[in-house]
Amino acid sequence: MSTQALLSQLLLGLINGSFYAILSLGLAVIFGLLNIINFAHGALYMVGAFCALLAMRWLGIGYWGALVIAPLVVGALGVVIERLMLRRLYQLDHLYGLLLTFGLALIAEGFFRWSFGITGESYPVPAELHGGVDIGIMYLPLYRAWVVVASLVVCVATWYLIDRTSLGARLRAATERPRLTQALGINVPVLVTATYAAGVALAAYAGVLAAPILQVNPLMGSNLIIVVFAVVVIGGMGSILGSIVTGLGLGLLEGLTKVFYPEASAVVIFVIMVMVLLVRPAGLFGKAA
Amino acid sequence: MRFKVLALGAAISTLLAAPAHAQISDNVVRIGVLTDLSGLYSDLSGPGSVLATQMAIDDFVAKEKPSFKIEMVTADHQNKADIASNKAREWFERDKVDIASELVTTSVGLAVQKIAKEKNKIALNTATASTRITNEDCNDVTIHWTYDTYALASGTARAIVKQGGKSWYFVTADYAFGHSLEKDASEIVKASGGTVVGAVRHPFPGNDFSSYLLRAQGSGAQVIGLANAGGDLINTIKQAAEFGVSQKQSLAGLLMFISDVHSLGLNLTQNMYLTEGFYWDLNDETRAWSKRFFEKQKRMPTMIHAGQYSAITHYLKAVKATGSDDTQKVLTQMRKTRVNDFFAKNGEIREDGRMVHDMYLLQVKKPSESKAPWDYYHVRATIPGAEAFQPLSASRCPLIKKS
Amino acid sequence: MRARYILLILLGIAAPFFIYPTFLMKILCFALFATAFNLLLGFGGLLSFGHAAFFGGAAYICATASKDWGLTPELSILIGGLYAGTLGALFGWLAVRRSGIYFAMITLALAQLIFFLALQLPFTGGEEGIQGVPRGRLLGLVDLSDNVAMYFFVLAVCCAGFWLIHRTIHSPFGNALTAIRENEARAISLGYDVSRYKLLAFILSATIAGVAGALKALVFQLATLTDVHWHMSGQVVLMTLVGGLGTIFGPAVGAITIVSLENQLADRVGSWVTVIMGFMFVFCVLLFRRGIVGEFNAWRAARRNVGSAAVSSDAR
Repeated sequence: MSTQALLSQLLLGLINGSFYAILSLGLAVIFGLLNIINFAHGALYMVGAFCALLAMRWLGIGYWGALVIAPLVVGALGVVIERLMLRRLYQLDHLYGLLLTFGLALIAEGFFRWSFGITGESYPVPAELHGGVDIGIMYLPLYRAWVVVASLVVCVATWYLIDRTSLGARLRAATERPRLTQALGINVPVLVTATYAAGVALAAYAGVLAAPILQVNPLMGSNLIIVVFAVVVIGGMGSILGSIVTGLGLGLLEGLTKVFYPEASAVVIFVIMVMVLLVRPAGLFGKAA
Repeated sequence: MRFKVLALGAAISTLLAAPAHAQISDNVVRIGVLTDLSGLYSDLSGPGSVLATQMAIDDFVAKEKPSFKIEMVTADHQNKADIASNKAREWFERDKVDIASELVTTSVGLAVQKIAKEKNKIALNTATASTRITNEDCNDVTIHWTYDTYALASGTARAIVKQGGKSWYFVTADYAFGHSLEKDASEIVKASGGTVVGAVRHPFPGNDFSSYLLRAQGSGAQVIGLANAGGDLINTIKQAAEFGVSQKQSLAGLLMFISDVHSLGLNLTQNMYLTEGFYWDLNDETRAWSKRFFEKQKRMPTMIHAGQYSAITHYLKAVKATGSDDTQKVLTQMRKTRVNDFFAKNGEIREDGRMVHDMYLLQVKKPSESKAPWDYYHVRATIPGAEAFQPLSASRCPLIKKS
Repeated sequence: MRARYILLILLGIAAPFFIYPTFLMKILCFALFATAFNLLLGFGGLLSFGHAAFFGGAAYICATASKDWGLTPELSILIGGLYAGTLGALFGWLAVRRSGIYFAMITLALAQLIFFLALQLPFTGGEEGIQGVPRGRLLGLVDLSDNVAMYFFVLAVCCAGFWLIHRTIHSPFGNALTAIRENEARAISLGYDVSRYKLLAFILSATIAGVAGALKALVFQLATLTDVHWHMSGQVVLMTLVGGLGTIFGPAVGAITIVSLENQLADRVGSWVTVIMGFMFVFCVLLFRRGIVGEFNAWRAARRNVGSAAVSSDAR
């Protein structure tokens, strides 16, 4: 296998990896701060992609508008989900949250499947990002390069927000000591709702990024969700940085696997997950449970 | 006395009448259409096949006025062999369905023909591609109607190699259909004087083909043979455009339907060669039928839709001719009679279950050459059935006795 | 109590003459699967998201045993069960060190490995699966291709499975398991080797799930990827939840409900089945946590004015 082939596959892997990073970011935020295992994450990513599609069809709003609208719409949906349903489960075992969101994912998937069928709809690459550049090792489509940039910027911004600002500090305080934080005058329930909404908005953002590359179809989330879970678990369920790094790492690893043993690219993540969980139970960057 | 004569008379007439009715179980012929109604292959088969079947039934009843009733049942197998298998079993065991038809997706086709053999019912396969159906997995209750991977490869691959596309790299769907298509195409390429540089298999169904296309690009082959279909094919071609593949290499869609060309548009597919068993714009007969189809479905029929109509009509004629829905009787009748309709002229069903008819080598028009939606093809050649399909002498079917 | 069981068995014996036997057999297999799963979840408090590996994997092994090795059905099922038990020991050992969500995630990951193997290994047949599996002759004597004969065999095996689980739950082992579920720290302080109990429960649950899968392979005469897919793991969770966690009959009731629903609706409403399943999940988690049987037990206990805690298992 020539170096050129290797490098080009790794680059492709990096592109996929930045995509995994932004997707698992939302999940990590939700689990890290709220202790909720959001199985609906994949479905909401899919809803984000459909928002972009429908925004174009019904409202004539293009890609750039969709990047803003889809997260807003899905964020609003997140508010509804959290206030009406998740709120009732906090005092119970985590697993009920998982089961509830699993059910929500089924509802979303079934509904869109009934409305659109599985074949998938195509969503065009925005005109500004058509074409590509020959960078020597491969012909790199501009749009895919943009995906890397768009993901990493948002990832870094989110990490900074949570780990380095006072808003983030309040968020973390609210999760670790809700009563105390509440007593200090911070509106914890609102923070919690906002966090969930922000987490799923990130998923929707990823959905819009994905729309021009993959067909927009109802199963796009369910194909990804367990991979995303694996990323978050390996990275350390509470760690934002962990999921970003692991997402990128996974993309690279998958790219590498595709060079030597393509059929295994779907399963390599799970092998890693088992190994990591045995050696470092809290994940690579996680804090011990 | 009179009473006794009357009674005797009644008894005799019932005796005479009974056999004719008893031969078609409860005087109803039940046709099952088992297809992909909502998934990867639903555009090229799916609801269109259901419509085609209904048209076949309605036309038959109007023209032939049979003494038996005809019912149709449909089911969505979602491209899963187990769903299809269980549905077929239910149909045959519980619902008295006589024939399972369409059966798009190779794993489905193979599963259902086994169940049909077990339950002694007919499997009328009008939608699947793999040659395994009439070779390794053949049985005497299965008929393979519209096309197969050998015919496709024989048309398309041969034509492309002749045009100068000598080195090939395959991107293959990793299941029986893909393997079959890749194998048949590879053999034809080599037999025509070309070479196969390599191949890569992608999971079925796939979504992101970029890494496979990258490998294909890296191989330096002149032609990238796409051994996948439906949504997979569409995505691969789209992504190939994204990665600038056609700047240096050409794509060969080994199994492409008019519905795919319609989805992709002529910009992405122009000049591609493909082999099909039917084109709506071939002649007046095909145009007339396709127009009726279009009125209801709002899309032009694919070869599967046309094949389904043709096959069901042939089946019903055989049932009427034999006055029975007994599996082997009807099959014998079907094999005895030639198929002559808008879909196939002088088509014949061989002992291995293969329905042999003419195939067409087509080339996609450039956007400037197309005058209306669905006006997509130049007909480059008609490939006579005997040439298009695998000869019996090369058959791997256990039913064919080699002398 | 005994009268209830006898009634059920009598119903079971009469059923195939009124209802399509293959449908009944499907229900029985899933009921056994769900009940085995419940042993781990409802009584052990461990949510495994990878039980399809045992169910589906055993289906493949049994199918191969019957088709390629020509073994009689009871041997094929035994081998399927053995596979599941062995895999259960391995997975269990890896997984029980962790708890809660990590436990679920490890089981999911391990099951995905099995899925990958099922997809890639030649003997499993990939997308097609293993088809045309002969049902064989039970003990070399009784031909099981007859649906009614097969049904009674399935009924017998499932009854045996239920009985085994029932005895386990009502044994000292079962009590210890419940104690661990309710308060692990206290159980440890009382001297119980918690990991060992969990592991044993896991192995038993896996083995019986495997038997259910092997049975299903013989009933439908095929083993496919659907059986090892993680959706199957999700389905069994749903059945247990709907029927009632931690009740004996709950999972079976859940299985009957879900399988019947799918059967009736799939042809008519297509994708709405998924939506309805989703709604059931949501509804059960929010408002109906005790499941059908759990609610029923609670209602009965309230009527008798007996403290409900002793009768049904409460949501935690």
